[in-house]
Amino acid sequence: MTPRVLTALSALLLAVPLTARVAAADTVFMSTQLRPIEEAQKMRDIILKDYSGKVTYVPQEPAQLPTRIQAEQQGGTHTISVIGALHGELEPLIPLNGLVPVDDLAAKLKDRGFPAGLMRLGRLGTAHQMYIPWMQATYFMVANKQALPYLPKGADLDALTYEQLAEWGAAIQAKTGKRMLGFPAGPTGLMHRFIEGFLYPSYTGGLVTTFDGAPADAMWTRFAGLWKYVNPNSTNYNFMQEPLLSGDVWVAFDHVARLLNALRQKPDDFVAFPAPSGPKGRGFMPVLAGLAIAKDAPDPQGAAALITYLTDPKTQLATATATGFFPVVKADLPADLDPGLKLAAAAIAKTETAKDAVPALLPVGLGSHGGEFDKVMLDTFQLIVLRGVKPHDALAREAPILQKVLTDSGAPCWAPDPPSTGACRVK
Amino acid sequence: MRRGALTPYLLIAPATIFLGVLFLVPLVQTVALAFHADGSLSLGNFTRMAGDINFNDAITDTFEVVLLAVPLQLALALGMAMMLRHVRRGRDIVLWIWSIPLGISDLAAGLVWLAILTDRGYLNTLLFHLGVIPGPESWLTYETPVALLIAIVIAELWRATAIVLVILAAGVQLVPKEYAEAAEVFGASSWQRFIRVTLPLLRPSIQTALILRTVLAFEMFATVLTLGGRNFPVMMSEAFNWQYSQQNYGVAAAYAVLVMAVSLGATLIYLRVLRTPAAQLP
Amino acid sequence: MTIRRGMFMAGVATLCVWTLLPIYLIAMSAFGGEPVVNAWPKSLWAASLSFSPLQAFLHISGVWLSVLYSVEAACLCMVVSILLGAPAGYALARYRFRGATLFRLFVLLTRAFPVAILALPLAVGFIRLGLYDSPIGVGLMHSVLAMPFAVLISASLFQAIPRELEEAAWVFGCSGPKAFLRVVLPLALPGISAAAIFAFVISWNEVFAASVLTVRHKTLTAYLLAVLAESPLHIQFAGGFILILPSVLFIFLVRKHLFSLWGIAGR
Repeated sequence: MTPRVLTALSALLLAVPLTARVAAADTVFMSTQLRPIEEAQKMRDIILKDYSGKVTYVPQEPAQLPTRIQAEQQGGTHTISVIGALHGELEPLIPLNGLVPVDDLAAKLKDRGFPAGLMRLGRLGTAHQMYIPWMQATYFMVANKQALPYLPKGADLDALTYEQLAEWGAAIQAKTGKRMLGFPAGPTGLMHRFIEGFLYPSYTGGLVTTFDGAPADAMWTRFAGLWKYVNPNSTNYNFMQEPLLSGDVWVAFDHVARLLNALRQKPDDFVAFPAPSGPKGRGFMPVLAGLAIAKDAPDPQGAAALITYLTDPKTQLATATATGFFPVVKADLPADLDPGLKLAAAAIAKTETAKDAVPALLPVGLGSHGGEFDKVMLDTFQLIVLRGVKPHDALAREAPILQKVLTDSGAPCWAPDPPSTGACRVK
Repeated sequence: MRRGALTPYLLIAPATIFLGVLFLVPLVQTVALAFHADGSLSLGNFTRMAGDINFNDAITDTFEVVLLAVPLQLALALGMAMMLRHVRRGRDIVLWIWSIPLGISDLAAGLVWLAILTDRGYLNTLLFHLGVIPGPESWLTYETPVALLIAIVIAELWRATAIVLVILAAGVQLVPKEYAEAAEVFGASSWQRFIRVTLPLLRPSIQTALILRTVLAFEMFATVLTLGGRNFPVMMSEAFNWQYSQQNYGVAAAYAVLVMAVSLGATLIYLRVLRTPAAQLP
Repeated sequence: MTIRRGMFMAGVATLCVWTLLPIYLIAMSAFGGEPVVNAWPKSLWAASLSFSPLQAFLHISGVWLSVLYSVEAACLCMVVSILLGAPAGYALARYRFRGATLFRLFVLLTRAFPVAILALPLAVGFIRLGLYDSPIGVGLMHSVLAMPFAVLISASLFQAIPRELEEAAWVFGCSGPKAFLRVVLPLALPGISAAAIFAFVISWNEVFAASVLTVRHKTLTAYLLAVLAESPLHIQFAGGFILILPSVLFIFLVRKHLFSLWGIAGR
């Protein structure tokens, strides 16, 4: 009797959503970018508005992307057609055999004017085009105009050094009694990108090869010194736009997409400028997202059509206006751009064209070990800056762990570290 | 006994089979994963776990919260259950209000207390108006570990006392009033009646409530993460991080096995210490 | 006596405020939006209430569908855990049999093990069974979580119903099952419905297994978690409030059942 009741009940329960399920025969677009509710909503309401087909937009945590793809492959049920993710997030899907080459599509889209360098990245080290560039961004700093009077004498905002940033923070604290620098070191903040793409390259000219050693030692000592002027709530901040808007923080570093709201809402209150430089230059991490087609995609035609639509100059401009991710194709930003976006675009341009710029790639080749790599960086930060461990001891402790991550994944060095044959090595 | 010896087994069979398929199988897979590293049987995942910078904190923090929150919850829920007995009018409304947190997820509870305890939150507003603090003050940072611990215990107290209350309330109403009345006739004070009569009769309910609450407390996660972020690692948040951020399923499984071992240990202690004397078995 | 009564009432009132005030405050944060979240010092009454953060939520495509999935999963969880759990609870309460302790421990074990970790191997199994990305799969997974509550709560319920009542029924010629249906079940029903409510709420609130086991057919909490994790504070508060609202209503709707737990005390 029990089973019969159960069957009846489950039939009843099934009946309602079944209709919904049949109707949902549309292209599933899974993306690790534009996940926050407001951005996802813009994706659905604005960016995808003029697309002729039907798309289900599914934001996906990047860490679980390989798992999800793997699970679909093992189970043999395929739901996802298009995958939108960062360069470094798409790359681990290659060994999983999760993507199909998009050479034909790339040939069709040739006249869009993708920069050759970006297209080359899209091969992910294979002989085929594995993804089509989608949008780009980077990180920079934003300051409240109230903080400007405290800027050290002779400091140029667009050519700031870490020393000057520390002095600036100290001056603000001396005058206001508050620690007004801010970093996104919360659980879902992007602090690890700051360490990997900005701090290390600026101070050591590398990341993995120079992880341990005298320059790294000095760098952490300096940074721990700078942290004395950082708002202690930083370990709870995930997005710097909020503390900037609330006035809890006056000077902050973050990803453009996580600063844009502040610039947009109060463009007259803030200035945007490149991240500081260190002894080895101005480290910065350009961010490139791409669009790929999943292996055994249920709707490959829809996938190709969607990618064609998303890389259309008009859509690219709409994406930039809506989200702050900038075009990868030839598309000039209109003159009547909203003032917040204009501030962001200017800061990004200054970052990319800075004379002392040291571009640092997102970690490449780590596969499923990317999370452990980031953890090494964050653990080092936590040990030295938050727990007061001597940099020398902390680095000696973490260096073998970092080496194991690289050896396990077999990842060769990436810029700014010099290229290596075989796994990258900590010196 | 008129009924066959087979009956109890038939009664537990469906649940057993269900849990066997949906729980035991993945459990065995996970435990096997925990004890495998680099393709062979090893304790590598456990040494990796124990060597991690957050391991000691995760253990201490978890135990601190459990040892503070669970006894307080039991005391509070006992008090509420006894009070409920004497509420004359509007008892169902009072019971409703008190059991509201029962339906609130740990994620939402974390957000509720975050709204109260952030720098510009309601607690600081109150303290400001009382003249205790001059402006927004931070309570949830790595610089204020004690305040953070208290905040988390309070949030747990608010969120999860209701489940203890409902289990105890169900037990309290089964304690025949005649016992207490008899004790009163013999001149026992109300405190004595509570300690000597009510509490021993409540023992099975207390045992159930404590076991469930403690096991769940060892799994606390979303509330802690919302309030403490990176500053307050607990066992479950570490397991979750290893699983989803670091993608190291071996170490995540090791943490899971550890949580299970700790919970089972606590359960066995409760079963022993609070066992119902055979004479009282119905 | 009246002073004691007054103090007692004050205690009851304090505990009510302790439960309700935090909910009121998050409601203020949810309706106040960004200005209230950033305001200092805060006032207990929001100057301008706005529904826009909440509306932002309700307009997200798929929210209502995810509510439906949540209800489906929760109903399935409720039905499965009670239908399978209550008989087991009865067995534990009424019979002394070899393996009873073992079974009790086994059931508890399901709660002692972090489910978030189990969801992953289960996902692979569910894909093979075609239960992946469906509320049915989520509901079954949640039944595992709710089972210990169902078993243990019903065990203590049945234990509390005097065996003599049942035996008396046998004396009056009722068969075993009939005695159970006529005498024991009516007495236990309020408690069982409370256990069922637990099961529903457990499923409604569970986030992590639901996140892992679904792609498109996400339950409400899984859906909210995905969008909340990286949203600004005022949206998070709005989301938190939306999560709380159904549970407040739900517990209100079943308060008579919670209350009828007390009914048996009259015996």
